[in-house]
Amino acid sequence: MKLLTGPAPHIHDRISTRRIMLDVLIALTPAAVLSVLMWGWYMLLLEIGSMAFAEFLEFFVMRVFRKKKDFVPDLSASVTALLLVFNVPAGISWWTMTTGILVAIIIGKEIFGGIGNNPFNPALVGRLFMYISFPVAMITWPAVDLFHFWKPAYDMATTATPLGEAKLHGVVAASQLFHNLSWTSFLGIIPGSAGETSALLLIIGFLYLWWRKIVSYEIPVAYIGTTFVLSAIFWLANPSAYYDPLTSIMVGGLMLGALFMATDPVTSPVTPRGKWIFGIGAGVITVLIRYIGAYPEGVNFAIILMNALVPFINQFTKRRVFGTVKENV
Amino acid sequence: MIVWKFKGGIHPPTKKLAKDSKIERISLSKRFYLFLAQNSGNPPKLIVQAGSDVKTGQKIAEADGFVSVPLHSPVTGKIVEIKKEKHPVTGRPADLVVIERTGEDEWIKLDPVKPYTDYTPDEIKKRVVEAGIVGLGGATFPTHVKLAPSKKVDTVILNGAECEPYLTIDHRMMVEYADEICKGGVAIAKAIGATKILAGIEENKPDAIEAMKKAGTPMGIEIVVLPTKYPQGSEKHLIYAITKKQVPSGGLPMDVGVVVDNVSTARAIYRALEYGEPLIERGLTVTGEGIKTSKNVFARIGTPLSDLVNLASPIEDAQRVILGGPMTGVTVESLDIGISKGTSGITVLPAALVNKMTETNCIRCYRCVEACPTQLEPYLLYKMFKKKMFNEMKSDHLMDCIECGACAYVCPANIDHVKAFKTAKLVVRTLGRR
Repeated sequence: MKLLTGPAPHIHDRISTRRIMLDVLIALTPAAVLSVLMWGWYMLLLEIGSMAFAEFLEFFVMRVFRKKKDFVPDLSASVTALLLVFNVPAGISWWTMTTGILVAIIIGKEIFGGIGNNPFNPALVGRLFMYISFPVAMITWPAVDLFHFWKPAYDMATTATPLGEAKLHGVVAASQLFHNLSWTSFLGIIPGSAGETSALLLIIGFLYLWWRKIVSYEIPVAYIGTTFVLSAIFWLANPSAYYDPLTSIMVGGLMLGALFMATDPVTSPVTPRGKWIFGIGAGVITVLIRYIGAYPEGVNFAIILMNALVPFINQFTKRRVFGTVKENV
Repeated sequence: MIVWKFKGGIHPPTKKLAKDSKIERISLSKRFYLFLAQNSGNPPKLIVQAGSDVKTGQKIAEADGFVSVPLHSPVTGKIVEIKKEKHPVTGRPADLVVIERTGEDEWIKLDPVKPYTDYTPDEIKKRVVEAGIVGLGGATFPTHVKLAPSKKVDTVILNGAECEPYLTIDHRMMVEYADEICKGGVAIAKAIGATKILAGIEENKPDAIEAMKKAGTPMGIEIVVLPTKYPQGSEKHLIYAITKKQVPSGGLPMDVGVVVDNVSTARAIYRALEYGEPLIERGLTVTGEGIKTSKNVFARIGTPLSDLVNLASPIEDAQRVILGGPMTGVTVESLDIGISKGTSGITVLPAALVNKMTETNCIRCYRCVEACPTQLEPYLLYKMFKKKMFNEMKSDHLMDCIECGACAYVCPANIDHVKAFKTAKLVVRTLGRR
């Protein structure tokens, strides 16, 4: 019997960073499957290709530049890549996508020191870069074409999105284009960024993560709740100019953003109170950009802005340490 | 009765493998290894030399100061060697006494005794020191110090939570010796003038709860059933669960009018009063997946680990031998050391269970923040530790860390928080002394 020593605790719950990232990928799978059903093989290529490229980039940077000989991929690059694909139109060209991944992984993550050190959500950094650098490609939405696997997304007819149409021609015009909007956007059979369309599938994925105790509910509830309440105020003030609150939380990137991007542990607060503040702040910014700002959708900006505040939020939302109550009852 | 659940905590598999095995008395070993430092505080001073003959229960070291207790020979034999050896808990060289057993187990003449209820508070305290009794839960704090609080204490809590995975000795003690434990509790209350006696037991030990209720209720002891959550047995969290009072940061249980003693300690106190027995034997659990038959045993202090482990037939793959349980216990390098007053169990784990994955970057997943029963932010403290920001760690309540290991247990980046915090605490204490 050869004895080995080591520090306590000697047991572990066996949940590693890789396992967490794998769970996130599992949670994103339903939405990914729907995107392939709607936009065919090209979508599948974008998703698989981006994940592979992102993993390669991270591996290359860690092993060659940072000289970490024992680096083993932890799947976090795949999560970033898949989320980025989810955030762009299905018909985007492969080289635009490649550029986006490059920016997300290198500038969004690796230059800060890799996983755990990036101040901003890398996928959102990548998307913001693409949004500013390729403005036309990023708002060219292919129409939904269910179950035509061999038809490439870049060849499909283009169309408008509910939020874009509302910004351009008003809600009345948008409502004529999209019938039963709250239902179609709940199910996800609607134009938009590749992975953001289906509220239902994203919620299912999130519930899986919640059941696995990998995410907590505070940020999504605060974020979606705030958006709902503020949208309701706008809608009640002028029902013909704004979507009703239920539709408002279902369209656009809100579900994807609130459930999967804002909850990125690295770039969100650690205490429950901090998470509430983070979610409420993101909700306020999202609604303001949507209804008052120049862009049709504000989720991307909202989360990035709140990311910047995380160190401060963490600082000011420390919990009361056990044993520091002022008076014992 | 309302039980106040503390925030945080974890639910590791409890794996109480030996919960149904009766505590058995093992046959005496050939050699006994006793560190003089069996208690926290000052180690006692040796009063015998190498070559002396000693009898069972004979005092071989005298208490050195108030926070110290005497040490007694666990067997009849000859002191063959006194040497310096690495102490498994502190990691520093410490005085070790080796006693070789000769012939029969012959007890020294014990002090005259009377029924435990006939002792005055001062006599109880005196007996407890003389018997060398320390906290048997693992902290080994001299019990008589707790019996002489400088503040008014009205509540005695007997700690039968036993939240540490694998360990079952307190559980079995409560099932088999509930009566002696409760009598010990009564004696503790008398010594400090407390009016209320309670016993906290986790709900995963229904037979212990039943036995304690049966024995304790006639004596006025209230049994409190606690939720099963680690670290429910932490002194401060146990007090909170039962009284809703938080022991102030840096304070002691007596600051909220409470004294907590482990159930095995209560039994030892009763034995010392009723039979005059010094603490030369303790119950412990020999358990873990690294051995074939988990069991609870009574063993004399100083019994070599090798005898206890071999008794339980270790498996080929056994790799880590831990004094105590898997969450807070310390590993040993060799089995040629003896159990001490603080050894509540020996946990033997196979390689497959303890193989540690390499440490990766913290992803601020807040699992440690959620798990911490003291509401610290372990991820942040660790980051400060990496940058040697010890003063900042101190102001972020490093010293309130109870070293339960919940943060390291859940960490997906496999960070050894506890190891870092123990080091940091040492540094802070050293800096504070300058």
